[in-house]
Amino acid sequence: MKMLWILAFKELKDGLRNRWIAAAIIVLGTLALALSLLGSAPTGSVKASAMDITVISLASLSVYLIPLIALMLAFDALVGEFERGTMMLLLTYPVARWQVIIGKFLGHVLILFIAIFVGYGGVMLIMLASGGSIEGWQAYVAMMASSLLLGSIFIALGYLISVLVKERATAAGAAIGLWLVLVVLYGLLLFGALVIDKEQVISQQLFSTLMLLSPTDSYRILNLSMFEGVSQAAGIAGVASSAGINNALLLTVLLLWVITPLIATLWVFQRREL
Amino acid sequence: MSLNSSNKRSIGSNPVISLDSVNKCYGSETVVNDVSLNIQPGECIVLVGHNGAGKTTLMKLMLGLTRPTSGNIEVLGGNPAFTAAVAQHKTLGYLPESVAFYEAMTGSEVLAFYAKLKGASLGDCKTLLDTVGLSSAAKRRVGTYSKGMRQRLGLAQAMLGDPQLLFLDEPTTGLDPLLRHQFYELIDGLHKEGATSIISSHALNEVEARANRFVIMKNGVLVACGTLDELYKLAALPIRLHIDVTPGSAAQVAERLGSNVNISKLNDQSLSLSCVNGEKMPLIRRITDLGEVVNDLQIKPPKLDEVYSHFMQGGSPS
Repeated sequence: MKMLWILAFKELKDGLRNRWIAAAIIVLGTLALALSLLGSAPTGSVKASAMDITVISLASLSVYLIPLIALMLAFDALVGEFERGTMMLLLTYPVARWQVIIGKFLGHVLILFIAIFVGYGGVMLIMLASGGSIEGWQAYVAMMASSLLLGSIFIALGYLISVLVKERATAAGAAIGLWLVLVVLYGLLLFGALVIDKEQVISQQLFSTLMLLSPTDSYRILNLSMFEGVSQAAGIAGVASSAGINNALLLTVLLLWVITPLIATLWVFQRREL
Repeated sequence: MSLNSSNKRSIGSNPVISLDSVNKCYGSETVVNDVSLNIQPGECIVLVGHNGAGKTTLMKLMLGLTRPTSGNIEVLGGNPAFTAAVAQHKTLGYLPESVAFYEAMTGSEVLAFYAKLKGASLGDCKTLLDTVGLSSAAKRRVGTYSKGMRQRLGLAQAMLGDPQLLFLDEPTTGLDPLLRHQFYELIDGLHKEGATSIISSHALNEVEARANRFVIMKNGVLVACGTLDELYKLAALPIRLHIDVTPGSAAQVAERLGSNVNISKLNDQSLSLSCVNGEKMPLIRRITDLGEVVNDLQIKPPKLDEVYSHFMQGGSPS
């Protein structure tokens, strides 16, 4: 356990040193602030709190931004050390290969945790300080936590890319490709298929399964259906539960998306020769 | 034709490292070819060989960074490629051929990070930075370090936690003469405490006096292994003698020494003779018999670099 923390804190210090954490906080904080200002504008006849509106818009944007940030953090993690030669030296120290992966993972998740909770959480405090209503804050905190989970998924996926490719440039390209496919294209293709599908070949069951398979869609559904206020404001109240999707299932899917790439990374790394 | 005098030695004591018919292939290329070697506790082994002879790969195999294609390796009683061997790394120091560090960290941060991993005290870091002469640059980013400074930091990290087993891949490249000297003193100090070291080097004259045994590699094959004396005998290189005689008598002396002596250099007052190892003493006696005409006699045994080039040029022991 000590080894893991030594490795994790090294990543954390790197993140502080190269201003990575600071940059991520600014990006996420600015985004949250802008959306919370929009959310506090009059919300019309729908009875929704400013917080609920903020959660909906922030979750829809986080779905794009958080995976990007996580991949940027992770794609270099292993291939960079292979290329520079620091991995070779590290592995002659009393650290097991799995400790290298898990230690880095803990460090990167910690970086993301700080970025999300300071960036998003800070905005909540600003709202509180400026006398705004933070009714429904639970949904906001849950959104932050699930964003961290979403980020962890893409850190793990980034590692898998990082351990598989031979060069950093390839890793960067693959990371962008993965982001496009999982974050942008998958959802688009799914809805496109639904539009084309006039004969209703795609059953509701199949559709919700396909939605569940995507980490980003699972994240979106989780955030929109976890709290009553949010799902009503989003206009999807009861949709998820009637499709047989509940929070536990969504969380399980998301956790599997963290664990599977991590295990695959470990498997490849364990066999890698330096 | 692998000549391995280490096998004799291994009887009776447990080797720190033992390699048994180790092969390593990358694709169709054989980088290490059927190498067997035993290294005893406290030995200082020097690996010599041309670039690409397989020295670095041999070290990586012993460190568990790569796995042999066939054959067995045991380091400190276990397979170095297994996760279980990780605990052993506490007593191990390694300096890679071209050492790389985390560029954004300062010298002292890098060393502190490695010290924590090894469980060495942070006080050691300061001492080591002093020893390698980096204390004034300790607060600077490693990215700004020169080649020599990186090499020194590399040495410092290899020395962390009083290692019992040292792997040093061309340790003195980029070091100035004074630091080279200090480096060998450090190694000597560790040897006195019973450490074992494996050093690969091209600086043959530096390592000549320090190693217990030499391992000569060529194209992945271990061509010879032994102490300097053993290697001289294996190579059967001629021993050279240099005599100074009274001016003008060189030709006369050459004549009197007879025709069965190889006289390779001749001028007015000095002669260079060579003979095989077994004929050295008879020749010396004949020289002393010459009387006062001989002013000086120097015996020049073959140097390691001659032994080395003998084996590199495909010379086989006779």
